[in-house]
Amino acid sequence: MTEQTTPASPVAAQQVRTPAAEFWRQFKRQRVALWAGGFVLLLVAVAVLAPWLAPYDAENYFDYDALNTPPSAAHWFGVDALGRDIFSRILLGTRISLAAGFISVAVGAVIGTGLGLLAGYYEGWWDRIVMRMSDVLFAFPGILLAIGIVAILGNGMVNVIVAVAVFSVPAFARLVRGNVLALKHQTYIEAVRSIGATDAVIMLRHLLPGTVSSVVVYLTMRIGTSIITAASLSFLGLGAQPPTPEWGAMLNEARADMLNAPHIALFPSLAIFVTVLAFNLLGDGLRDALDPKLDRN
Amino acid sequence: MIHYLFRRLLGLLPTLLIVAVLVFSFVHLLPGDPARLAAGPEAGPETVELVRQDLGLDLPLHQQFLRFFSHALQGDFGTSIRSKRPVSTEIAERFAPTLWLTVAAMVWSVLLGGVLGMVSAVWRNRWPDRLGMTLAVSGISFPSFALGMLLMQLFSVQLGWLPTVGADSWRHYILPSLTLGAGVAAVMARFTRSSFIDILKEDYVRTARAKGLSETVVVVKHGLRNALIPVVTMMGLQFGFLLGGSIVVEVVFNWPGMGRLLVDAVDMRDYPVIQALVLLFSLEFILINLVVDLLYALINPTIRFK
Repeated sequence: MTEQTTPASPVAAQQVRTPAAEFWRQFKRQRVALWAGGFVLLLVAVAVLAPWLAPYDAENYFDYDALNTPPSAAHWFGVDALGRDIFSRILLGTRISLAAGFISVAVGAVIGTGLGLLAGYYEGWWDRIVMRMSDVLFAFPGILLAIGIVAILGNGMVNVIVAVAVFSVPAFARLVRGNVLALKHQTYIEAVRSIGATDAVIMLRHLLPGTVSSVVVYLTMRIGTSIITAASLSFLGLGAQPPTPEWGAMLNEARADMLNAPHIALFPSLAIFVTVLAFNLLGDGLRDALDPKLDRN
Repeated sequence: MIHYLFRRLLGLLPTLLIVAVLVFSFVHLLPGDPARLAAGPEAGPETVELVRQDLGLDLPLHQQFLRFFSHALQGDFGTSIRSKRPVSTEIAERFAPTLWLTVAAMVWSVLLGGVLGMVSAVWRNRWPDRLGMTLAVSGISFPSFALGMLLMQLFSVQLGWLPTVGADSWRHYILPSLTLGAGVAAVMARFTRSSFIDILKEDYVRTARAKGLSETVVVVKHGLRNALIPVVTMMGLQFGFLLGGSIVVEVVFNWPGMGRLLVDAVDMRDYPVIQALVLLFSLEFILINLVVDLLYALINPTIRFK
């Protein structure tokens, strides 16, 4: 008796979607998140090309005849109290704020993911130590911890990035630990272990990919918060120092001239708002596209 | 319940101890010699040595920690380098304005966030929902210091309706509490909305509708009470956010609270004040989280019997 095998029909093959295709199918339905994603890409382009896009030198151009003047054709966002072009400074500031937001969260995510993987996989002492460390870091409101770290390390943008990275670590560690605890009892992990895979292979090749989507969503949402925290520290005078065109520092400088030149504060405020809004909307969209349990009706 | 409370308090001890060690080590992590910092830049070597002995910085580290810990338990955090007054006096003067600012911000943000979330859930995917959620995501994305400056410019400078800085009357509380509460109102609106959407799908809500009750009674009597359970928990957690946020908002409005004291202290490297404030802020944060956990356990028996 010959066994008849039917080849999979091309239609059936087309219906099987890869996780990436399924993600894209869900994500592209969300118009707002798509726009936000496009805007984030534009911001990245501005950050990279800022020195060439800026019409004036952001730090060393001074128009002493136009101090505190409002927006005009020559200076789109107006001029600040020292005669510098605000538009050029905002463009250069994109680079600093995006770098601060992204680097701090990425460092926090890498360290937190590593610790979360170890804690969730080995449990026992590893778990207790990592979770206790998280509890301690969570015992400080985020900005307070950052201020404490900057007080020790000294003022400056690099130290602000370190401070924001430190308080991002426990959040990622907890997130990944939770995911790993749920994943490691799944059948496919049992199967990999039964064929003799080492702990490192199980963690890196089989558990890590299962946590990537939630890490990416959280990372995107966290970038917005981190940009605000970094800008807050600069606003308090603890981060970027004048004449660096950092948005928070620009707002701090603008305080003295609020009465006669409110536009100096308006544009950095809008820049922070629009950037953080884009990351938050993108994060919301990614979460909705990647969460299979979400009610889409 | 008492057993649960006891277990939670016991679980807090190691965290509290590590926080105390971290705050204590802070002085030793600061760049430079703390005795030199306390004595001032003009002090001679003999004075610095005297200050070192006075502060107990010449003792072995573990003895220094015990000294710090026992003094802290009695509310003694030493003397401020800047004002030469006891740190406890400095903080006592600043405590109430920060507390009232935080409470005022919490009250209005919960009310506004709750209403916004409820309206969004009831009119889900229609224009009130879209408007509410646009406001909410904007509230989360707008930095408090920028919002504070813009509100001050509009309501104090241009319209002249409200005072700009200080904390002398209830009118002084309006702008800072609005600024501080905006982010929390946004979080509360999003959270109330999702909690409400879940509740409105429950069988008892369908039963209430089937009985012929009016939609207002269904939403307010049957929906609101149940949706509030997770919202109360979230409210407690947001207190921590307000504590942190007050630091920035107090600087914008020149508010005579603990947040501004902390920023001034960091500026002047006034480490006894920084130490005391960091300890106090984190203690408050830990206690609020404990109260939230207890509230949650009180509402949800499955937690305390786990």
